[in-house]
Amino acid sequence: MSSTTATRPGRYQRPNPREGFISWITTTDHKRIGLMYFWTVLVFFFFGGVQSALIRTQLAQAEQSVLTEEIYNQVFTMHGITMVFLVVMPFAAAFFNYLIPLMIGARDVAFPRLNAFSYWVFLFAGIFLYSSFLLGGAPNGSWVGYAPLSTDAVSNMGFYAIGINALGISSLAASINFIVTILNMRAPGMTFMRMPVFIWMALVTSFLLLFAVPIISTALFMLMFDGVYGGQFFEPATGGDPILYQHLFWLFGHPEVYIMILPTMGIISETLPVFSRKPLFGYAAVVFAGAAIGFIGFGVWAHHMFTSAMGPVARSAFALATMFIAVPTGIKIFNWVFTMWGGKLRFTTSMLFSIGFVSMFTIGGLSGVTHAIVPHNAQQHDTYYVVAHFHYVLFGGALFGLIAGVYFWFPKVTGRLMNETLGKWHFWTWLLGFNLTFGPMHMSGLLGQPRRTAVLPAELGPTVELYNLLSGVGLIILFGSALVFLYNLLASTKKGELAGEDPWDARTLEWLTTSPPKAHNWDKIPTVTHRDEFWHRKYAEDEAGRPVAVPAGAAEDVGDPRGDNAEALDEHIHMPDASYWPFVMVLGLVPLMYGLNFASAPLIAIGLLWAIIGMYGWIIEPLAEGDDDDPLDAPNPSATTGAVTY
Amino acid sequence: MAAGAHETSLGIDHRKLGMWTFLGSEFLFFGAFLATFLLYVQTTAGGPGVEIFDIPFTSISSFVLLMSSLTMVLAHNAHTQGDLRRMRMWILATAGQGAVFLGGQVFEFNVFVREGLTFGTSPFATSFYVLTGFHGAHVFIGILLLLTLYTFSLTGKVKPNQPLKTEMIGLYWHFVDIVWVVLFTVVYLIPELTVLD
Repeated sequence: MSSTTATRPGRYQRPNPREGFISWITTTDHKRIGLMYFWTVLVFFFFGGVQSALIRTQLAQAEQSVLTEEIYNQVFTMHGITMVFLVVMPFAAAFFNYLIPLMIGARDVAFPRLNAFSYWVFLFAGIFLYSSFLLGGAPNGSWVGYAPLSTDAVSNMGFYAIGINALGISSLAASINFIVTILNMRAPGMTFMRMPVFIWMALVTSFLLLFAVPIISTALFMLMFDGVYGGQFFEPATGGDPILYQHLFWLFGHPEVYIMILPTMGIISETLPVFSRKPLFGYAAVVFAGAAIGFIGFGVWAHHMFTSAMGPVARSAFALATMFIAVPTGIKIFNWVFTMWGGKLRFTTSMLFSIGFVSMFTIGGLSGVTHAIVPHNAQQHDTYYVVAHFHYVLFGGALFGLIAGVYFWFPKVTGRLMNETLGKWHFWTWLLGFNLTFGPMHMSGLLGQPRRTAVLPAELGPTVELYNLLSGVGLIILFGSALVFLYNLLASTKKGELAGEDPWDARTLEWLTTSPPKAHNWDKIPTVTHRDEFWHRKYAEDEAGRPVAVPAGAAEDVGDPRGDNAEALDEHIHMPDASYWPFVMVLGLVPLMYGLNFASAPLIAIGLLWAIIGMYGWIIEPLAEGDDDDPLDAPNPSATTGAVTY
Repeated sequence: MAAGAHETSLGIDHRKLGMWTFLGSEFLFFGAFLATFLLYVQTTAGGPGVEIFDIPFTSISSFVLLMSSLTMVLAHNAHTQGDLRRMRMWILATAGQGAVFLGGQVFEFNVFVREGLTFGTSPFATSFYVLTGFHGAHVFIGILLLLTLYTFSLTGKVKPNQPLKTEMIGLYWHFVDIVWVVLFTVVYLIPELTVLD
């Protein structure tokens, strides 16, 4: 590390602060970027939660008008946008950033500055979206943004079209980064079928993003051109077809569902084996099921549109494909159950959330299968039954699993354990509050309560009213539960019990290094000889196949990556230098976004120029020593250590 | 990237793999706009339709753009041999041909607007301008990249032993070219032949 700050005459230096505000602005360290994603997500999660509280207050009784209809529409739209694009997706990105290099035995991602760029775009696009509240009102045309409502100025959807497109840039850059990292930077010996399932799911998710983001991007550009610049894509008066928007949106939107759930499936596939003290049941089946979901996920989008004009042939085809995609998902559920079957279960908080995921996600999956049945679907369309379904898969599914991951990897990140007593309070109140909030929606939906409607109609009767009141009570419990979680998180960071290096008796590579890991992750890159490498370094098997602890240091295969000669090795490790440019370049995006939204040519010009200047700063700043741009053209000392020096 | 090709798991340089990945994504971007155009190819709302295209004119500018792929290959070839002087010549030729194509597109757009095909005339007009306009923006970015490469090869930022940098821009340039081959065929030639029959 010391070498990266060595003076090279005649060239300006890259910043390399270790602490303070500037060190976070300029960081290219995947672990720090992961943490920034995480804390930003918590802030947006709070906003999304406040919006849900407003929604439930409005619907607590029939015919209430706590909020005006205009405000209600803004609130439910921003709730959806926030939870999908600013919470669940970047929450997964936080895990990807922190864990991918550690789990594959790399020192950083393939493009560290691009990684920082992804984060800053995400942050500023999120701020841009929220600034709409101050600039004439937030988008109010729902998170799907159906045209032609969304091309009308009354819906404020310009912020939506441009903000989500910017988030797409962030996702696209991140997906390229993770794909290259996973394909190209695995430790020696880590073949594809030795990769942890979490890495597999990260890879599939990244490919889904890679191919789904450009499609939503076209749809959003069309919205923007129609709404702000007089385009005619979705204008029925001149022959434009609003159904086209639905197709483009859901061609992204359905893969997006898997983009949100696959990272969680990866997390669960890591936690369940650890807390069952068994290898994952049917590793290959889980991996191939994940990949199959990735492929089939692109062929089911129109089940969101069964009530739109499509014709019976398309409906039948998409109904079949939708039922078909339940198969690989079912395979995974069974694999997780069989992983626990006969295992030595330890009910830590992380394990409880993992089991919570499997059971809640199964409920959501089952109600999902009912949507595949076309006549049934037509009955439920735009009712609260759909709201119940997707909250069971996204909240009961994705969020439960992500929280399981937080409890599981918290000791890796901080070196301390989260408080288990508070954790169990968190889990049980979370489970209760969740089911109380979203369970009754199944019933109120089947009884006819419409989605996205500012006033609960009194003619639906007292039963539906009671269900809505129960949802409100559930939400209050969820808020209390979230406070417990937040307190636990903050308190444990400061004074949680010290975790040691392997608190869970874990299986995968990231636990092989120190907790928290050093900036360069490994003094020596480990060589991988098994799936569940770390486990195999700790345990051999006796004749009956039971694990037997290997005495420390007796593992025959490889040296300790934290090695005794760490000091000697240290000077050959080149890490990416920090850089101002990703941040500077993204600042140009701010005037660009506002310029596009308000059709202001000067702002667009300033933004573009700024971004281009930022890009040139990025290109010409000196790279870290030892890379192929080094003027000395010295033989590269880092070649044997696999260093990252971009 | 110090990690040269021999140290990566797949044996491909990170940057090259990243560029291929990015281009994979770009194909869907253009694919979705092209599908939209095909949906609207006859939705002219009483305004001009495909008969407005000047096939001979666009054929010439398309030919120029295709030839720029040849000069791009020659530039990369010169760079692999460490001959920066020849590389710069071919890079300039490539950028110049790109500029000719872009000029042709600006001229063509002007003619179309004068003939009554404005951006908001019809779904046909909007989808045509957005599709070909985004392609033009890609050509423009490609020209910027080529000129940057040219400049940096003079300042020493791009060295004779780094043909990868030319190759990367070449990959992008060929991609933009291939997209135009598809667009010219599907947007200009096929509708012109079928609709006017």
